[in-house]
Amino acid sequence: MQELLSYKLLFVTGKGGVGKTTVAAAIALLASDQGLRTLVCEAEPKGDLARAYECGPTPFSGRRISDRLVAMSMDTEASLREYLRVVARVPTVGHVGPVARAFDFVATAAPGIREILTVGKLCFEVREGHYDLVVVDASSTGSVVGQLAAPTGINELIRVGLVRSQTDWILEILGDPVRTGAVLVSTPEEMPVTEAIDLAGRLAKETPVHLAGVVANRVLPELFGRSEEQVFNELSRPAMRDLLVSELESSRELVEDVLDAARLAVTVRRDGVFHLERLRAEIAPEVPLLYLPYLFARAHGLRAVRQVARALSEELLT
Amino acid sequence: MSLSQRPLGSRPARRAGAVAPGGPSVTQEQTRRLERLLSAKEIVVACGPGGVGKTTVSASLAATVAARLGGRVLVLTVDPARRLADALGIAGLGNTARRVPDEAFAEAGVRPKGELYAAMLDMSESWDALVRRHAPDAATANEIISNPLYRNITRRFSQGHDYIAMERLYELHEQGDYDLLVVDTPPSLNALDLLDAPGRMAEFFSSRLLRWLIVPYRSRLVNLASRPFYQVADRILGSQFLEDLAGFFILFQTMRDGFVARADAVSRLLRDVRTTFIVVTTLEAVPAMEAEQLIESLRERRLHLGLLVCNRVLPGSFSDPPVSRTAELLGQRSGELAESLATRLSPDKATSDRPGAEMVARVLNEVARSFANFRLVATREAELLGELSAAHEVTAAVPYHPGHVTDLRGLLEVGGKIWGDETSGSDSSSPGRGATARRSASGTKKQAPKDAAVPDGD
Repeated sequence: MQELLSYKLLFVTGKGGVGKTTVAAAIALLASDQGLRTLVCEAEPKGDLARAYECGPTPFSGRRISDRLVAMSMDTEASLREYLRVVARVPTVGHVGPVARAFDFVATAAPGIREILTVGKLCFEVREGHYDLVVVDASSTGSVVGQLAAPTGINELIRVGLVRSQTDWILEILGDPVRTGAVLVSTPEEMPVTEAIDLAGRLAKETPVHLAGVVANRVLPELFGRSEEQVFNELSRPAMRDLLVSELESSRELVEDVLDAARLAVTVRRDGVFHLERLRAEIAPEVPLLYLPYLFARAHGLRAVRQVARALSEELLT
Repeated sequence: MSLSQRPLGSRPARRAGAVAPGGPSVTQEQTRRLERLLSAKEIVVACGPGGVGKTTVSASLAATVAARLGGRVLVLTVDPARRLADALGIAGLGNTARRVPDEAFAEAGVRPKGELYAAMLDMSESWDALVRRHAPDAATANEIISNPLYRNITRRFSQGHDYIAMERLYELHEQGDYDLLVVDTPPSLNALDLLDAPGRMAEFFSSRLLRWLIVPYRSRLVNLASRPFYQVADRILGSQFLEDLAGFFILFQTMRDGFVARADAVSRLLRDVRTTFIVVTTLEAVPAMEAEQLIESLRERRLHLGLLVCNRVLPGSFSDPPVSRTAELLGQRSGELAESLATRLSPDKATSDRPGAEMVARVLNEVARSFANFRLVATREAELLGELSAAHEVTAAVPYHPGHVTDLRGLLEVGGKIWGDETSGSDSSSPGRGATARRSASGTKKQAPKDAAVPDGD
């Protein structure tokens, strides 16, 4: 298994709501803590990254979070401007405005243009070596395949032109299993796990990007071992429950509520384990599966990102 | 105001107490409001952040209306979990609507007053149908559909997916086969996109840029205004691709009038008095925030918000102080409690050893610790429920259900929670894997702090 942090470009994806942004932000934070110059980019500029780091807006030009960590949001129009300036060396800067607008329109209609501007910018940062690691808070399941498959698709649709000539080196970076990988995030629930399994298959079939790892996020702690669970079930029997009630000088309802709560915790955990086992069985055995604990105290924001980063580092070390 | 809330596992005696502010009539009033809403409206659009259980809530609502209010009810879902699709009998059916058989209701112990239908939204099938309807002739339609750009666009154009869902809704409404349509919206980048999708579709065809794109292919006469665009676009994309693109859009343009008129009609339907929106969310920070924004923009657009559903709400007992105190005591006094409990435990069946006091104490401690953990989540998210429900007429809270809703019985139970039913499980002892024996917990504005959300969020 290859260390997650030894990659140059990581696309973190998964079903909406599984905690992609927190995981991406945590990987980036961990990498920068370990001395890597790190760029983290949100592919869909919704401001999730700014919320995760509890900082101001993260523009296309980047916002410095710490010495070695820069956060940015993708902006395809800005990406096009940069591309025209740096790569295509289009001199008519005055026309870039209307061109960008026109392009925005064409990009909506023409497949793959917006995607390649997104993926191209990220690969560009890798190629230029501005950073040791680029972490992408990628689109959710629905569109990430389209993004990662765009260079291949463009190759088929566009025969000539600058965009066409750019796809070769982009494809080389995307398809390099040493430099580039996808990280699938899932929670231990039915739909996220089903989508993760599905996505792993589509990534392999439709894109050049290899699967670097799977993160099971929000895994509940195990409450009881088997024999402890037997004891717990015993405690739920009316006679034992009544004994608890009298010992605690409490009421039956209150004790029952407490026991119910524990039972709910056990059931939720067990449902989760069922789906995690499904996930493990369906993902190729050489792909590492990392577990991140459910955070009871803080589910969002910088505090959560730090906790996830710590949990990740423990997972990566063991 | 909203449906009233009950703690997990409450007995009838305490339940009556829990409803106290306002009494049971609050619930009845809520239920009446909900029933009035769903009887008056012809279209319910369910929207909300991804992963909050929109599909389940939409299907539950439709099933419950069919069961309790009657009429022909159709639920149009976008991407149901396979087991739910199987349960509704729509797996692999594409756009075809199918009636959920009365036997399925019978198995759930319900005699429906009306009929429930379910259909999936097949994106590419819907696009093709749209093209066939608006193309001037069959040959043009075929030419468009077989164009490689067309597949690419319809597959990847995510705003197009929003549009197609609304368009299909319009079509079904226009056909007039159903009394109520419940549509579950596709997960988009931004849940608000779908509200603007029809407008954008119209804009797309009226765009000057589209005209620019088409001009050179026709006449090769590039006017001054568009020259810089062509120069750069040619250089970047190559003229061949531009011509392919232009060729495609010239074909596409033939459908313009039909498309624009239709998009306008779809847009009007969403604003129509017969349409209502429901917002579905969980009470985690991020989804709740997105839901709040969604509600705000519904308001800005003067669209009707009929119902807010908070899904996967933790039982109220987690934030009930006496229950918390009992849990704490259990942990604090685990040692002595274990001593007296251990002697009464039956021996392990396998080893015939009696569990020691130590193990009993460990179990008690775990119970207390787990309670404290969930309580943290419950308290944090009770606050969110309070904020969210404060501003909305009808708010329903659906309690967390372990496992997934995979059959009609489960859907009807979730529907029952939205309706504000009394506790459905007769015994509090087993929150089993299936969809049975759930407890009710619906939040009211007044009692909102008692509610809490569920810790997960797929």
